[in-house]
Amino acid sequence: MSLFEHSIKQLEEMLHRKEISAEDLVNASFDRIREVDGQVQAFLTLDEEQARNQAKQLDASPDEDARLFAVPAGIKDNIVTKGLRTTCGSQFLKNFDDPLYNATAVEKLNAEKMISVGKLNMDEFAMGSSTENSSYQPTRNPWNTDYVPGGSSGGSAAAVAAGEVLFSLGSDTGGSIRQPASFCGVVGMKPTYGRVSRFGLVAFASSLDQIGPVTRNVEDNARVLEVIAGHDKMDSTSADVEVPSYTDALTGDVKGLKIAVPKEYLAEGVEPDVKEAVLSALNTYKELGAEWEEVSLPHSKYAVSAYYLLASSEASANLARFDGVRYGVRSDNAENMMDMYTYSRSEGFGDEVKRRIMLGTFALSTGYYDAYYKKAQKVRTLIKNDFEAILNDYDVIIGPTAPTPAFKIGENVDDPLTMYANDILTIPVNLAGVPGISVPCGFSEAGLPIGMQIIGKAFDERMVYRTAHAYEQATDHHKQRPQLGGAN
Amino acid sequence: MADISKEQVKHVAGLARLAITEEEADMFTKHLSSITEYAEQLNELDTEEVEPTTHVLDLKNVLREDEPQEWITKDEAMKNAPDKQDGYFRVPSILE
Repeated sequence: MSLFEHSIKQLEEMLHRKEISAEDLVNASFDRIREVDGQVQAFLTLDEEQARNQAKQLDASPDEDARLFAVPAGIKDNIVTKGLRTTCGSQFLKNFDDPLYNATAVEKLNAEKMISVGKLNMDEFAMGSSTENSSYQPTRNPWNTDYVPGGSSGGSAAAVAAGEVLFSLGSDTGGSIRQPASFCGVVGMKPTYGRVSRFGLVAFASSLDQIGPVTRNVEDNARVLEVIAGHDKMDSTSADVEVPSYTDALTGDVKGLKIAVPKEYLAEGVEPDVKEAVLSALNTYKELGAEWEEVSLPHSKYAVSAYYLLASSEASANLARFDGVRYGVRSDNAENMMDMYTYSRSEGFGDEVKRRIMLGTFALSTGYYDAYYKKAQKVRTLIKNDFEAILNDYDVIIGPTAPTPAFKIGENVDDPLTMYANDILTIPVNLAGVPGISVPCGFSEAGLPIGMQIIGKAFDERMVYRTAHAYEQATDHHKQRPQLGGAN
Repeated sequence: MADISKEQVKHVAGLARLAITEEEADMFTKHLSSITEYAEQLNELDTEEVEPTTHVLDLKNVLREDEPQEWITKDEAMKNAPDKQDGYFRVPSILE
């Protein structure tokens, strides 16, 4: 049995009893990567020498207070890591080998003595829902390598599902942690906007982006979020709100819990397999003593439109920094300054990134700002109000994470609107700024994982985790493993 | 609202500092038209009285003393640059 079948807490106890060593954990990680990453292609950069040296040091100086002592983890490649190549999945940053600092989330993991194994693949600049937009390689779904792992944090979800690392960090702007977690059968949390510092997360849409953990179980997830959450003076949009214990919230008790189930989340477009799995999960909650009722989030159907206008507008401004002057690649073909900008950007960015920069620039341009950008901001208010009204009366909102299980590689690449519709159930959560988690809740007929989304009030991750954990303890979906290159 | 024309797409590409080929201009015209057409559904909603949301948190201005502190050196700041000289970022000439 792989060491990664244990929870982080169990591994820490085994380490402290000297039953295993930090070196064992690092070996387990790199052995597995060698065994399966040729198929999965989750990693863009490995940091093996550093990881092995660190393991030796950790074995020489045990620390029972470090909450992630010697735990091998992967970091999404849009989170900057000092001295370790950070590409955002883009050719523009293919030579960005020497970032100057660590993201705050990474610093916090380092302080608890995590071992960083390497950087994980993603859709270029986090724009995509399948990781097919990576300019380096597609990542494949460990459950069936003909299928996508979801995106944009496809590498983060696939690496955890394949047992290459114990946990990973992803980022979620419109579903980019939860949808791949759903597709790969792992647990993915998008915290409340402002819960985790964005310092060192390469900005896509600053009012929506959040970093969050991807893990094999809810307890590990709560443990990692406890470490990375909190106010940071380097990010003035990180919230100065106390971080409670999340692991303490995992009581297994959901008696009397009030669950809202939006009818829009089980409507047309949601595949029967997915709908059935979620209804069956709701039945489990009922057996555990919780109650659920159908509600309405009436503005849900406008969320995708509003999101693409807002996120693309913010992206068009954020990506203006890629000018070929201070870092990244510069076109060899430019003879003057303006050509240097335009050629460097045109050669460095892929189609989807260009498409969103174009859409955002258009939505912000003279004559269209009010009709598109401002209108979308107003619709965002309506969506946020929908969530606030429901969460006033209920403890959590539950629905599917995505309308379908994973789709085949290549199936949706030519049609941006079909690809965008994948995020129809996750996008509203980012617009409202509230926390949402995806937990495994079953399998499709084709044997692909299905995820259930649990959404809570702003800064009430405790309730989200408690609800997710009680279900997980009552079921065994999270114990299923993909059959990839043998047992793991 | 009318369809987006190819000329508009080229204008927007200029604003975004992207050089696009004729083929790309055709592709983006098609895609941007279908995305903005889809976005027309937002006009079903009466938002006359609705305040826009720029940000979900109540943001307050954050002030601090302006004190120098250790961060990165000039050499470090330069080290990922594609072209540099004498402690400066080097770029092609701005004036012809």
